[in-house]
Amino acid sequence: MASHPLLSMQAIDKRFGVVPALRASFLEVEEGEVMALIGENGAGKSTMIKVLNGFCQKDAGEITFDGRPWQAASPQEAQRNGISTIFQEINLIPFRTITENIYLGRELKHRGGFLAWRRMHEGARRLLEAFGVDIDVGAPLGQFSTAIQQMVAIARAISFEAKLVIMDESTSSLDEQEVQVLFQTIRRLKAQGVAVVFVSHKLDELYAVCDRVTVMRDGKTVAVASMAEMDKLRLVATMLGRDLAEVRRQGATAFSEAARPPGAELLSVDSIAVSPKVKEASVSVRAGEIVGLAGLLGSGRTETARAIFGAEPHQAGRISFEGKPQHFADPRQAIAAGLGFCSEDRKHEGIIPRMSVRENMTLALLPALARSGIVNEREQRRIVLRFIKDIGIKCASAEQPIRELSGGNQQKVLLARWLCMNPKLLILDEPTRGIDVGATSEIQKLVRRLANDGLGVLMISSEIEEILEGADRIFILRDGRTVGQMSRADASEATLMAAMAHGSGDAAPHGGEH
Amino acid sequence: MSVDLKEMLIKPASSEETEGRQPRPSAAAWLSRYGAYLALALLVLFNLAFTPHFATMQTFSVNLAQICTIVIVGVGMTLVIATGGIDLSVGSLMAIAGAIAPGFFTGYYFPSAPPYLNIALSIAVPIAVAGLFGLFNGWLVAGFRIQPIIATLVLFIAGRGIAQVWTNGDLQVFKMPAFQAIALGHVLGVPLQIWIMLAVVILAAWVLRRTVFGRQVLAVGGNEAAARLSGVPVGRVKCLVYVASGLCSGVAGLIVIAMNSAADANLIGMGTELDAIAAVAVGGTLLSGGRATTTGTLVGALIIQLVRYTLLANGVPDSAALIAKAALIVIAVWLQRQERA
Ligand SMILES: Nc1ncnc2c1ncn2[C@@H]1O[C@H](COP(=O)(O)OP(=O)(O)OP(=O)(O)O)[C@@H](O)[C@H]1O
Ligand SMILES: [Mg+2]
Repeated sequence: MASHPLLSMQAIDKRFGVVPALRASFLEVEEGEVMALIGENGAGKSTMIKVLNGFCQKDAGEITFDGRPWQAASPQEAQRNGISTIFQEINLIPFRTITENIYLGRELKHRGGFLAWRRMHEGARRLLEAFGVDIDVGAPLGQFSTAIQQMVAIARAISFEAKLVIMDESTSSLDEQEVQVLFQTIRRLKAQGVAVVFVSHKLDELYAVCDRVTVMRDGKTVAVASMAEMDKLRLVATMLGRDLAEVRRQGATAFSEAARPPGAELLSVDSIAVSPKVKEASVSVRAGEIVGLAGLLGSGRTETARAIFGAEPHQAGRISFEGKPQHFADPRQAIAAGLGFCSEDRKHEGIIPRMSVRENMTLALLPALARSGIVNEREQRRIVLRFIKDIGIKCASAEQPIRELSGGNQQKVLLARWLCMNPKLLILDEPTRGIDVGATSEIQKLVRRLANDGLGVLMISSEIEEILEGADRIFILRDGRTVGQMSRADASEATLMAAMAHGSGDAAPHGGEH
Repeated sequence: MSVDLKEMLIKPASSEETEGRQPRPSAAAWLSRYGAYLALALLVLFNLAFTPHFATMQTFSVNLAQICTIVIVGVGMTLVIATGGIDLSVGSLMAIAGAIAPGFFTGYYFPSAPPYLNIALSIAVPIAVAGLFGLFNGWLVAGFRIQPIIATLVLFIAGRGIAQVWTNGDLQVFKMPAFQAIALGHVLGVPLQIWIMLAVVILAAWVLRRTVFGRQVLAVGGNEAAARLSGVPVGRVKCLVYVASGLCSGVAGLIVIAMNSAADANLIGMGTELDAIAAVAVGGTLLSGGRATTTGTLVGALIIQLVRYTLLANGVPDSAALIAKAALIVIAVWLQRQERA
């Protein structure tokens, strides 16, 4: 028994129409092992997972799990039989309560068949407490941040007591602290003999929790190794299929081009309040400057950004743009003034799933592409093809429905939606979420280049590194208030973490957790 | 019925989304999208083979005339459904348009106006009024965020009442060839109402495909939050689709009274909302929004009509034909559900 791996997937083929997504790829996971699964956007990681959990059916190949041939017709069935999945795109029901979401499909009942609400609420609360999340489990899921929703999805998946838990980019919307909590959970699972497949584009995370790594490229498994014998550079090189030397030369820094001195003030936000979370947020952005907005989960970063963009009303404070006081009543006015906003919630606020890559990319640009209301499709196609090429979007054609793209490639299309508008100020909420290492640096470079051409950027990121490396200036939000400001030169991981957690920008460094 | 259709689609679909299932049988996806065309082709072939006198101009005109008003209303409905809404008031708006019109061409409102002006008014004013009522629907939906099914229920109930009050509940009978030409006139041997229907279908298809407004309609239906954040004027788009639906209902109301040489506020457009929704669903427009085809709606209406015709022409009683119609709708909706990702 011990000689057999817990899971063995061999020679898996899967194609969507004519596009091969998996070609003779394989994956083996031992009992109690944490296996990293990595690869570029569109490499086939999610497809591999979906084939395993029955979300879709393989075209060819063998799967054995726990010593028996494995065949799941649906993720629910997989869950019942010991494989629980946290999907890349959170798929819970936003308008149902947290408890309902956690107990969906296996509700606790009283003997008479009535739902045992009290017990379920209690169970849900306890489950989440283990993750350090203390919230009202009776409230609809949709009113919480993406990070909380992500935690709920994780809690739900783990509560199935599976033998194998799959996490497809589960950390993408979590900040450092929550990631640590998740890692503790993973270690606990491991100690109980539960195996984990862990997909992430953040390499540091892999080294922190994973035992081995499986690398995929273009639908094929190209390497399996223990984490210890695969250093970062080798990993990236294998993933991208490039020379070790070449990768080394390029280095890891992304916003590499030097920043130019910023221009005139573009945006100034003075003590705005946005109910319920934001009380007194102030930010300013100059032309040609990348400003980072840092803060812990729930500090009100996204809400502040949305209020600036007119997506949410603010109750107090002033916003001025290009020197003029502005109070955008809706995003349309903000867009007309030259703002762009790329939401963190790709699925619910970003993509229009059935529409093509072309239409998704030009959604905001549409009025500008039209003469007397009729879309100039030739111009539209020209722009779209240019961006597909420029930022390397992997798709079958511009006409492919966006929902068929891999998560990272969807994100690129959404970025292009705003880049093609030529905005004066771009608000990026987690711009590189779910984007692979190579493409992340491409995008960061692009953002820096645009900034050097005069674009102002307000960037929210839960990745400290991205803020530290990318931003010229950093504003720190805590509990809905701006508590400090740092210039790039003053900021270090320690000072920034300390300020985010408990204090102002110049608070004594307090040794942020590593 | 329409309530059930929406519920059937939306509820199970969202729970399905939760656990995620592949749009597994891509055959179902294909059928949901193009199956209507295939079904229509099969029906025509079947009739060509088995139904006597099928391939005549007479059959062609009769069958098309039967569905004209359903298709015209259905086109407006397609736009509304494309945004994720629904319009139950269409039948009542038809009644309003039909009730207002005779007063113009009979010279009752403006006895001294020249006849051609009265005819023109009898066409333009009722359509405009129906459009205004559509605007009211849109205002409720977009301005107050009332669920479309509830918002349009208001005029579904009150609209017919308004029409009845306007005519004192009387049946208006008339003979006015100049006006009735919209239904009874022929161009190139084909009834004018069929030309009108085709024009409406093609115009709407073009708008959906080529104009900013059309794309925005589909964007709103596909993901409203994303559309709003991308600067799509969601409220205005929603408002306008209900106006379009009102205008279509107005046209249909006029055709009905022109065909019947009579306007009866109690009967005009009775049940049309359900026929229109059925045609839209069978035609391949997604009831949850985000994908729409007006030619599909035409084909959907034709299928429902031809199934009934085929059964009747081959000696099956009308009650059985109704069951066949219900079955068609169920199949269409089922196919749509299979396809969801
Ligand atoms: N339903 C689908 N229809 C058509 N093509 C698809 C479908 N799902 C996935 N693909 C294609 O399969 C390939 C692999 O996609 P997959 O989602 O597995 O990538 P991934 O490795 O998870 O990428 P990411 O890191 O961006 O999440 C991609 O090229 C994608 O476009
Ligand atoms: Mg993926």
